[in-house]
Amino acid sequence: MLGLIIPVALNGLMTGAIYALVALGLTLIYGVLHIINFAHGSLLMLALYAVYFMHVLLGVDPYVAMPFLVLAFFALGYVLQRGIISTFSHGKESNILLVTLALSIIIDNLALYLWTSNTRSLNLPYAYEMIEVAGALLPLPRLIAFGAALVIALLLWLGMTRTRDGRAIRAIAVEKRGAELVGVNVKHVYALCFGIGTACLAAAACLLIPTFYVTPQVGYAFVLIAFTTVVLGGMGSFAGALVGGLLLGVVEALSGLFLGETLGQIGIFLVFILMLLFRPQGLFSARGVR
Amino acid sequence: MTQNSSDLTRVSSRGISRRRLLALGGSGLGAPGLARAQPAPVRIGAVGPLTGTLTYNGTQAQAGIRIAADIINAAGGIKSLDGARLEVVYADAESRPDVGAAQIDKLAGAGVSCIVGAQSSAITLATTQAAARFGIPHVVDIGTAPQLLQRGLSNVFRFTPGSGESVTLGVENLFSLNRAAGNPVKRIAIVHEDGPFGSGMAKTLAARLPGVGLEIVETISHPTPQRDFTTIALRLREARPDLIMPTQYINEFILFARALRQQRLSIRGIYSIFGGGASNPRFAREHKEAAQHIIDTNHWYDPRKPMSQALAQRCAAIGIDVSYDVMVAFGSMQVIADALEQAGSREREAVMATLARATFSDTIMPYGPIRFEKGQNSGARVVNTQIRDGVIELIYPAEFATATPVFPMPPRV
Amino acid sequence: MKTRMHPGNAVVAVILIVAALLPYFVLPAAWLGLATNILVFSLLGVAWNITGGFGGMMSFGHAVLFGSGAYATAMLQLHAGINPWLAALAAMAIAAGVGTFIGALSFRYGLRGSYFALITLAFAEVFRVLASSFAMTGGGQGLSLPLATGLANMQFASRLHNYTFVLLLVVAGLVITTLVQRSRFGAYLVAIRENEAAAQALGIDTFRVKVLAMALSGAIAGAAGVAYMQTFLFVDAQIGFGTVMSFEALLGPVIGGAGTVLGPVLGAVVLHTVGELAREAIGGAPGLNLVFYGLVLLVILRFLPNGLMGLFLGQRRRPATKEQA
Repeated sequence: MLGLIIPVALNGLMTGAIYALVALGLTLIYGVLHIINFAHGSLLMLALYAVYFMHVLLGVDPYVAMPFLVLAFFALGYVLQRGIISTFSHGKESNILLVTLALSIIIDNLALYLWTSNTRSLNLPYAYEMIEVAGALLPLPRLIAFGAALVIALLLWLGMTRTRDGRAIRAIAVEKRGAELVGVNVKHVYALCFGIGTACLAAAACLLIPTFYVTPQVGYAFVLIAFTTVVLGGMGSFAGALVGGLLLGVVEALSGLFLGETLGQIGIFLVFILMLLFRPQGLFSARGVR
Repeated sequence: MTQNSSDLTRVSSRGISRRRLLALGGSGLGAPGLARAQPAPVRIGAVGPLTGTLTYNGTQAQAGIRIAADIINAAGGIKSLDGARLEVVYADAESRPDVGAAQIDKLAGAGVSCIVGAQSSAITLATTQAAARFGIPHVVDIGTAPQLLQRGLSNVFRFTPGSGESVTLGVENLFSLNRAAGNPVKRIAIVHEDGPFGSGMAKTLAARLPGVGLEIVETISHPTPQRDFTTIALRLREARPDLIMPTQYINEFILFARALRQQRLSIRGIYSIFGGGASNPRFAREHKEAAQHIIDTNHWYDPRKPMSQALAQRCAAIGIDVSYDVMVAFGSMQVIADALEQAGSREREAVMATLARATFSDTIMPYGPIRFEKGQNSGARVVNTQIRDGVIELIYPAEFATATPVFPMPPRV
Repeated sequence: MKTRMHPGNAVVAVILIVAALLPYFVLPAAWLGLATNILVFSLLGVAWNITGGFGGMMSFGHAVLFGSGAYATAMLQLHAGINPWLAALAAMAIAAGVGTFIGALSFRYGLRGSYFALITLAFAEVFRVLASSFAMTGGGQGLSLPLATGLANMQFASRLHNYTFVLLLVVAGLVITTLVQRSRFGAYLVAIRENEAAAQALGIDTFRVKVLAMALSGAIAGAAGVAYMQTFLFVDAQIGFGTVMSFEALLGPVIGGAGTVLGPVLGAVVLHTVGELAREAIGGAPGLNLVFYGLVLLVILRFLPNGLMGLFLGQRRRPATKEQA
C-alpha cells in the first residue's frame, strides 16, 4: 500500500486540476457577488453536453472546441446574471441562492427531457495515451488539463491585476458602494464576473470530457467538491482555487487509498469543516478578489 | 395522460356490470350483437424512476411496458375479458421511495388491477408496501433485495431472480467456465458500490466464493458517484487478482473499465453479477476496447425466441437500445396479461390469487415454468452475457447461447 | 407582548385549515399519500423556519437534523427494542443535540451567512457518508422497520390515521412557532437576524440564543424524521441526509414566507400541489414537470420576494433586510 502513495498522489493531482478549474469560476463569482451559485453544476453539465455534441454532430475535437465554447458560455453567463439572477432576486442574498437553485432545477430537467439520462461519453483515441511520471501512468488528457489549469489560473490573475476591468472587479469585491460612487458600473461588472466564471466551466468541460462522461446529473458529482475547494483556497483567490483544488485531489486520492473510497469522502468534508471553523478565509486569505 | 379518478370509477363500474351480465347469460349469449361495445380496458399501473438518478432504467422499462401492451392489444387483448385492451397508467417515482409510495395512491385511485415496477430495491420496498394497503398485486420487474419478500406481504410477485439465487448461479457458472478452461482463475477481487445494491451483492459473494475454491484477495467499495478509479485500479494491481468481479452502476462502470485499461492491468477476466455496464448495449458499442470480453451475469432475454426478436425490432424502430430493463419489463407484462387471461377477471383479489397459484406460459425470458412461490418466480434465472466486438452475446447456458464463451480473457494489448 | 393578528394571517390560517381537512371529507384516497408527504415536509420547514426564518441563519443541510431523527428512532427500535413512542422522544432529543453541536461549533467560530450554509451542507454530507458506512446504520441498505401496525407501535394501518398523526405534529410545530414569535426569545432571535452586532451591543447573549434556536429546530426536524420513518418504515443515507431533504426544508419556508408562522406550511402546500398538478398536466414527459416547478419558483421569487405570506400581509418589501453586500 505504501508503495502506491506516489502514483496515487500524482493521479490525485491530475483529478485536482479539474476541481481547480471548476472552482476558479466559482471563487470569482463568490468573491465578488457573494453568492453561492447553485447553478454552477448545471452549467458545467450544459458545457459538457455542448462539447459532446460538437464532437458527435460536427466532428470537432474538444480541444479545438474550447475557444468557441469559452466565448459562448461567457455570453451565457453574462446574460444569466444580468437578465435573470439580479432582477429576479432583488438583491436579497437568500433569494439569489434560491434563484440559482431554481435555475439549476430548470436546466437539469430540460437536459433530462431533451437528451435523456442515457450516459454518454467519447472514446477519443488519445484517451488511453499514458505518460509515465515517477512510476505512475498518467492519462495524457489529464496532464493537459493540469497544464491548462495552471495557465488559466495565471491568465485570470493577470486579468484581475493588470486590466481596468479587473481592477473594477477587485474594487467592487472589496467595497461596493465606494466603487459605485467612483463610477464603476456595478451591474456590468457583476455580469462580467458571472460570465468569466461560466467561461471557466466551459474550459473545464472541454478538458474533462476525454476522460469522463456526461449525464444530466453529472454536475452534482462536482459541485460539492468545488465549494470545498473554494472555501479551502479562500473565496476570491485564484491561487487559492488552484492550490485548493490540487490539494483536495491529492487528499481525496490518499484518503481513498487508506480509508477506502466511502470513508475517504469524509476526509474531504473534514477538511472543509475544519477550514470553515479555523481558517474561513482559506489558505490564501484575500479580502476581495486576488 | 391520466384521467381524473371520478371519470375512472364511472368507467370501471360500467365495465363490471356489463361483464356480470355476460357471465350470467353464459357463453351462449356471446353473440356479436350484444357484445358490440368495446369492453372497458384493464388498467395496469407502471411505477418507476422516470426522473432522478435512475432515469435510464425507469424510461427503458417504461418503453418495454408500452411495447408489450401494444403487442398484446394488437393480438386481441385479454381474450377471457372479451378482448379488453390493456391500458397502462405510468407513475414517476422520481427515484425516491416516498414519491413512489405516493404514486401508488394515484394508481389505486385510477383503478389499476395490477402494478408493475420499480427498477430499484429501495423504491420497490416502498411501492409494494403501499400497494399492499390497497390489496393490489405488485409484480416486481427488477428489485433484487431479499427484504422484498421477507415482510410477510402477500401481494408481491418478483418476476426476476433475487440477489441470493443470482449470485449462487453466477458463482456456479463462473466455476463451470473456469473448470472448462482448466482453472486458470484462482484469485478474485470484488469491487462494488456501497449502496444497497452493491453491498448486498458483495456480502453474498463473500459467503459463496470460497465454497467453490476461489480466493478473495481484495474487496473494494466506493460511493456513487465516484469520480476517479485510478486509486482503485492501482490497489487492484497490487493485489494481483486473476479475475475482477464488479457490481456498480453504469457511470462508475465506464470509468472503472477505462481505468483498468489505462493502468494496464493484466487480468484473466472481468466477471460481474448484475454489472451496471456490462449488459449495457451502448457501453458495449461505444467502448469496444475497454468492454471487450467482459462477462456479466444478468437478466437477459432468450434472443432466439420470435417475440424477443419482435421486441428488438420495435426498439430499433424507436431508436432505443434493448437493455435488460426493457426485457424484464416486457416479460413482466406478459405474465400479467397471462394472469388476467387465467383469472378471467380484472378484480385485484382475483388477479392476486391467480398470480399466487397458477403457472404461466412462456415469456421472452429464458426461464423454466413460471410459478410464484412465496412471491418468487421459481423458474427465474440469470444468464451470462459477454461483450464481443461491441455486441452483447448470450454465452451461457449453452442451450440459449448465441456465442461460445471466451474465457479466460486473452492478454490485452 | 401584545400582538394583533393581521387579518392576512387569519385568511391563510383558514385556507390551511380547509386544506388540512380535505382528506377527511372530500379528497380521494389517491391524494392521501401526497398529503401526508406535504405534512412531513411542512414540519421540516417549520423547523428550518426557526433558525433560517426567524434567526436568519440559512441552513443548507437541515437534512442532518431530519436524518438524525429518522435514524435515531429506527436504531433505538431495531437495536435496543425500545418502544416507538419513547424512541421518538429520544430521537427528537438526539436531533436537538446534533443541532446544538453544529450550532455551537459554527457560532463559536463566528460563522454566518454563506459560510454557515456551507458548513451545514458539509455536516449533512458527512452524516450521509457515515450512515452508509456502518452496519449499525444499515450500511448501504438503510434501515427498515418491521411492519407491525398498532397505536402502541406508532404505525397506522389506516392511511387517514397516519395523516392525522402527522397533522397533529405540524399543528404542534405551529403552536411552538407562535410561542417563539411572541416570546422574548423570539424577539432576540429577530434582533440577531436584523443586526447581530447591535443585538450584542444591547446585551443579548447572541451565542446562547442562536444555539438554543438550533436545538429547538433540531427537535422539530427530528420529529419530522420520526414522522417519515413511521410512515414509510424505511430510511437510507440518501433519503435521510441527502440534498433533496435539505432543499425541501428551505423551499417551503422561503416560498411561503420565512419568518412568518404559517409561511412554511403554506409554502409546502402550494409548492407540492403545484408540482403534482404540473405532473398530471404534463404527464409522460420525464423532467418537464420539474422544469415547470422550477419556473414557478422563479416567478414567485421575482414577484413575491417576501414569499406568499407577503401577499396576504400586504407587504411589498420587508424593511431592513440583508442586501447583497
